[in-house]
Amino acid sequence: MSIVSNKTEPLIYELSSPGRIGAALPDCDVPKTELPKSARAELKLPEVSEVDVVRHFTRLSQKNYCVDLGIYPLGSCTMKYNPKINEEAVKLRGFAQIHPYQDADGTQGALEMMYALQTMLGEISGLPGVTLQPAAGAQGELTGILVIRAYHLARKDAKRKKVLVPDSAHGTNPATSSMSGYAVVNIKTDARGNIDLDELRKLADDATVCLMLTNPNTLGLFEENVQAACQIVHDAGGLVYGDGANLNAIVGVARPGDYGIDVLHSNLHKTFSVPHGGGGPGAGPVMVRDFLAPFLPGPIVVKARPERSRRKGKRYAFAMPKKSVGRVKSFYGNFLALVRAYVYIRAFGKEHLREIAENAVINANYLLARLRDTYSAPYGFRRCKHEFVLTGTPFKEKYGVNTLDIAKRIQDYGYYPPTVYFPLTVPECLMIEPTETQSKESLDEFADALIKIAEEARTNPQLLHDAPHDAPVTRLDEVKAAREPVLRYKH
Amino acid sequence: MPHPYIPNTDADRAAMLNAIGVQSADELFADISADVRDPKINLPRALSELELSREIARLTLQNANLVENACFLGAGAYNHFIPATVPHLIFRTEFYTAYTPYQPEISQGTLQTIFEYQSMICDLTGMELANASHYDGATAAAEGAILAINHTHRDKVIVCPTLHPEYRATLRTYLVGQDVEIVGDEDPSATFDQVLDKHLDDKTACVIVANPDFLGQVRDLKAAADRIHAQGALFIVSAYPISLGLYQPPAEYGADVVVGEGQSLGNPIAFGGPYLGIFATKMEFVRRTAGRLIGQTTDTKGRRGFVLTLTTREQHIRREKATSNICTNQALNALAACVYLSTLGKTGLRQVAELCYHKAHYAAKKINRLPGYRVDLKKEFFNEFVVECPHPVAEINATLREKKIIGGYDLAKEYPHLGNAMLIAVTEMNTKEQIDALVDALAQVKSKKGKRA
Repeated sequence: MSIVSNKTEPLIYELSSPGRIGAALPDCDVPKTELPKSARAELKLPEVSEVDVVRHFTRLSQKNYCVDLGIYPLGSCTMKYNPKINEEAVKLRGFAQIHPYQDADGTQGALEMMYALQTMLGEISGLPGVTLQPAAGAQGELTGILVIRAYHLARKDAKRKKVLVPDSAHGTNPATSSMSGYAVVNIKTDARGNIDLDELRKLADDATVCLMLTNPNTLGLFEENVQAACQIVHDAGGLVYGDGANLNAIVGVARPGDYGIDVLHSNLHKTFSVPHGGGGPGAGPVMVRDFLAPFLPGPIVVKARPERSRRKGKRYAFAMPKKSVGRVKSFYGNFLALVRAYVYIRAFGKEHLREIAENAVINANYLLARLRDTYSAPYGFRRCKHEFVLTGTPFKEKYGVNTLDIAKRIQDYGYYPPTVYFPLTVPECLMIEPTETQSKESLDEFADALIKIAEEARTNPQLLHDAPHDAPVTRLDEVKAAREPVLRYKH
Repeated sequence: MPHPYIPNTDADRAAMLNAIGVQSADELFADISADVRDPKINLPRALSELELSREIARLTLQNANLVENACFLGAGAYNHFIPATVPHLIFRTEFYTAYTPYQPEISQGTLQTIFEYQSMICDLTGMELANASHYDGATAAAEGAILAINHTHRDKVIVCPTLHPEYRATLRTYLVGQDVEIVGDEDPSATFDQVLDKHLDDKTACVIVANPDFLGQVRDLKAAADRIHAQGALFIVSAYPISLGLYQPPAEYGADVVVGEGQSLGNPIAFGGPYLGIFATKMEFVRRTAGRLIGQTTDTKGRRGFVLTLTTREQHIRREKATSNICTNQALNALAACVYLSTLGKTGLRQVAELCYHKAHYAAKKINRLPGYRVDLKKEFFNEFVVECPHPVAEINATLREKKIIGGYDLAKEYPHLGNAMLIAVTEMNTKEQIDALVDALAQVKSKKGKRA
């Protein structure tokens, strides 16, 4: 950790001193007009110099752990390395400084990139209809469910009102379903960690809108019966929504469209290396089967009609799909995230794409093999995919050390902790996803730290209860934060 | 050949597979049915980093950028100055390669900057609380409507026809599964008062209006707010944050929720995204607010620190009962806004707003003097205004493009009653020379067409 990281950094407001400014602006070069009567009396923003701004935010940055410091094993978040050429690409004026409403003949490079990305995502997923508009995975889910809704209604099948969601699903799945006006029906996971087919058979009927299936699921397991599950839902007249959060595990190895998924979103900030930005922006394009493509939100990029292209030099244009569900946001999507994903896919190409999934899965299984004797792995009898779950229950029962204590202690070893207490179906859960961008050495170091922490739990549980010891702050009072909310600086 | 983003060597892989207890990586995928495993995937060949940079340059050079062209296009996305502090700081790897601050002790950088962002949005809008952001101005408006529907238990949403057309479209998509009626924009020429006269009643959950509106007009909305509140409905204002450097904050004229597109606060125009959905409201609606909230607290040693708070509203806890399905926010865009507002501060933002105001008024007056063009100078506006033109806007813009000028937004499709009308935006980025060149070019379009006729 840095030499300044343990000092409390004042709020930018507390650094303010009247009369300072952080950037010089030009004088007004036109005759002035009388200001409006409704001009505001005061504006309470901070007054700081440029150097104050730079030091404040640089010091704050040093209180963050990040991918560029080391392993960031948050399960289901796919915290892979963010290649640097992607970041150089998005700074270029031909991407960063173009207006979304410019005439398309002045943005052909942007449209060409989007068209190519649509095509590549369609190819990778096996689902040829693509919209790049959704701004995040959750918005991709909403988009997908609305597309499915529109499909059923177009067939005059209005009786379908329930969405089937496995109990291991991300919270966004049920939240999206209810946002779309549907009832959520939970489906159990069976003893092998798969969706329970008997229960699915019982629940799939003519009221079923769709099944929302994350595959590999949040236990890190490939659904062994995925084709059968999709068939059951299709036989009942429903569709299958694929949550592509975990696409990194199978990219290049299997295509969701080939095993029965009808609609899939992909989080470009997971599988396709767009940086997570401290919580966003991401992007969540949606891919669908041909018969669903007319319902996609738009505009999407199409090849321009030949007669138009001759006249205006346009090769690509925007078009709204014929029966589109409408827009899910303004403009065309998180364009700069799309640029990064495009550059990333081109860097792998057809020759290397499969290596992403292959190494992600090798790394996860290797880490599981290193940890399974020390920690309890409830599904350790199966090979995992890109991630796996452990349970801290034995530590809780034997030493009174819970998973949160373990997570906090991991920070002292200089790592970000895994996802904890998710999925909800595994008690005291630790969900670990190393990604393909970790080396064997870094996995060994991380495994050694976790094994040492397990030993500490046995010999010195208080060390874990009091952790973290070396972070910029010790444990924070979350109950107080919620009970007496302070959500802004008070002047 | 090894790939630079994957550190494992063949020797590493062999050792790891051995430790796992399998012969080959293929065994790890044996649970995938053979008939769907390893399909042929038709992608272009892999590019080296050098080839990638050539490919990126090839694409960007086909685009007419706003550095080499004068831009008078706005309509919800604005070309504003971005101080060097902003890209320098948001491209710090500690910020952009971190994720959601689930573990607050080692995410204080992100948490404190978002807390500061929330504070600044409160100061700008006059509201009591702001969330950590939505995807963009359109989705923030939709989330505002959902808050109002849930709070009032009513099912009618009124939108003003001069709310951004794409915000209205997004709102309709978001609410399509709910039993909600969205009215008010049937007639694009209707005034706000006419819309309220026709639709406002005790079934109304909320009224959404933009100020300045999509056509640039700024209005005193106090009386409208009183009418809306008298019916028990919520008043949602979509605001342009740069204008708030100069104008009265919406809280002062009665807004219950303030939403807006935060792109103009330090985020590049970037062909429409990623942008920043501003969302601010009153403390009484905190439990119905969607999205992340950062709160202040203390650690075990009594030091100030920040955490994600009131998370029981959110999807990862409430699942189907959550306020929204939103999971992420636009954290890095919010950071850009935070650095931008810190850098400009109280006097700088006012200066930017005044520059926009003076330059736009200078442009409007000059254009209004051109034969065949008309600007209604009696309407109050900030930096954007409608120009009635003698020719179709598409033709005018094509001529402007030849002179390296990106002209205004063509209103023909969404507001046909205005005739040949162009929406022009002027910001601090437009010099007097650029404005004069635009005026000259507009004058020439007329004469050129006149000769042809």
